[in-house]
Amino acid sequence: MNIPTHLKYTKSHEWVKLEEDGTAIIGITHHAQELLGDMVFVEIPQVGRHLKQGEECAVVESVKAAADVYAPISGEVITTNPEIESAPEKINQDTYSAWLYKLKPSNTADLSELLDSTEYQKVLESETH
Amino acid sequence: MKTTSLNQTHRNMNAKMVDFGGWDMPLHYGSQLDEHHKVRSDAGMFDVSHMLAVDIKGKGVRDFLRQLVANNVDKLMQPGKALYTCMLNPRGGVIDDLIIYFLSESWFRIVVNAGTADKDMSWILARRDEIASGLEITPRRDLAMIAVQGPNARAKVWQVIPEAQAATENLKLFQATTFDKYFIARTGYTGEDGFEITLPNSDAAYLWKSLHTAGVGPAGLGARDTLRLEAGMNLYGQDMDETTSPLESGLAWTVDLKSERNFIGKKTLLETHVKYQLIGLLLLDRGVLRSHQKVSLQYNKEGGEGEITSGGFSPTLNASIALARLPLQISAGDEVQVLVRDKTLRARVVKYPFVRNGKSLI
Repeated sequence: MNIPTHLKYTKSHEWVKLEEDGTAIIGITHHAQELLGDMVFVEIPQVGRHLKQGEECAVVESVKAAADVYAPISGEVITTNPEIESAPEKINQDTYSAWLYKLKPSNTADLSELLDSTEYQKVLESETH
Repeated sequence: MKTTSLNQTHRNMNAKMVDFGGWDMPLHYGSQLDEHHKVRSDAGMFDVSHMLAVDIKGKGVRDFLRQLVANNVDKLMQPGKALYTCMLNPRGGVIDDLIIYFLSESWFRIVVNAGTADKDMSWILARRDEIASGLEITPRRDLAMIAVQGPNARAKVWQVIPEAQAATENLKLFQATTFDKYFIARTGYTGEDGFEITLPNSDAAYLWKSLHTAGVGPAGLGARDTLRLEAGMNLYGQDMDETTSPLESGLAWTVDLKSERNFIGKKTLLETHVKYQLIGLLLLDRGVLRSHQKVSLQYNKEGGEGEITSGGFSPTLNASIALARLPLQISAGDEVQVLVRDKTLRARVVKYPFVRNGKSLI
């Protein structure tokens, strides 16, 4: 399983990279892209949108199905990845560089609810058993 | 879960397996998009052994089939010729769609869908008992089926079974022949040229591996679905079922209402006023069309005037396409709205097929 230790995770299969400047970069996990298969469409949130933790904020669609992406933490969208909309297959190729959007967290308490790689690994194991 | 004779072979090739109507089948072997393109540009192969071949033998098979199915088996005059047809219930709904092969006056073979095989067998046996009790009907679970599809499919088959070339190179579309242990038909479900090869279960893995060595790529159910959608071919259970008329499912061309012949469902079809058609959609906005999404000329909250029956992403067109059941008043060239989650997206009504022999028709 491909779960880098320097990232944080959610039970709904998003990854979060906490930057030194306090911002957070968000994508979907290797496991999520593997379940969905070949990606063909991505819809990312508008810059400036304020997201609440757990809110549906993006959609990834594969040849097989559409899946919602949830905000791992509350905050304001400050940048989106322009490349990903025109080349959704980058999520299949290397999902941990294929980020969707960047947030400025509005509630630092949210961060403590994120899972580390070991905890996320356990989530995956409990799903497959 | 039911398995085909190629199950272990798929697993050895790292297939992602899924439950398909109770069958453990390959969805893809890595990338379903690559598999799709391989079929359009070269040659791919599908394990379709989950489908069921049924032999119907005895005196009067043709007459039995005249009553059993909606297309007219009298179109089958030359041994080896195949016919696509629906089998209807008395209400004119589709029990299944199938292919009938004419082998001799005392032997026809039909091939039915996997998910409907049990239901079909009960229906056919009950009709046999009513109207043709002398016929012998045998499901052939001893046989495997491999579909080899793509512009280079036939050449690859001949490379692997050179002895079969002479027997099959003059086969026309929708014709089949028996060669040695193989039953080879120039049919398919992709919109490409190719063969569907029926053979004993015990020989399937060897043929599969030989084709692979010859450069034929394995392809799963995922690619099979995007290929058939581009080719504008109906999928049973999505585009039609027991509650829908073939005349409102893009299948009027397979229903013979002209001949005197009486068949099950004919009376209802003649009495029913056709209101809907199956027609193509090409999405103009960004997104992906999926089955059950509502379609309207003008968006209204009550829901659409029509519905998508099969939708998805077309790898060949790099756009989203769909088959939709829409009112007859809507025609190709119209712009419609599709409700996709909380948004309405614009789509253009188009005639299908979308793709044939590797080329876009849109």
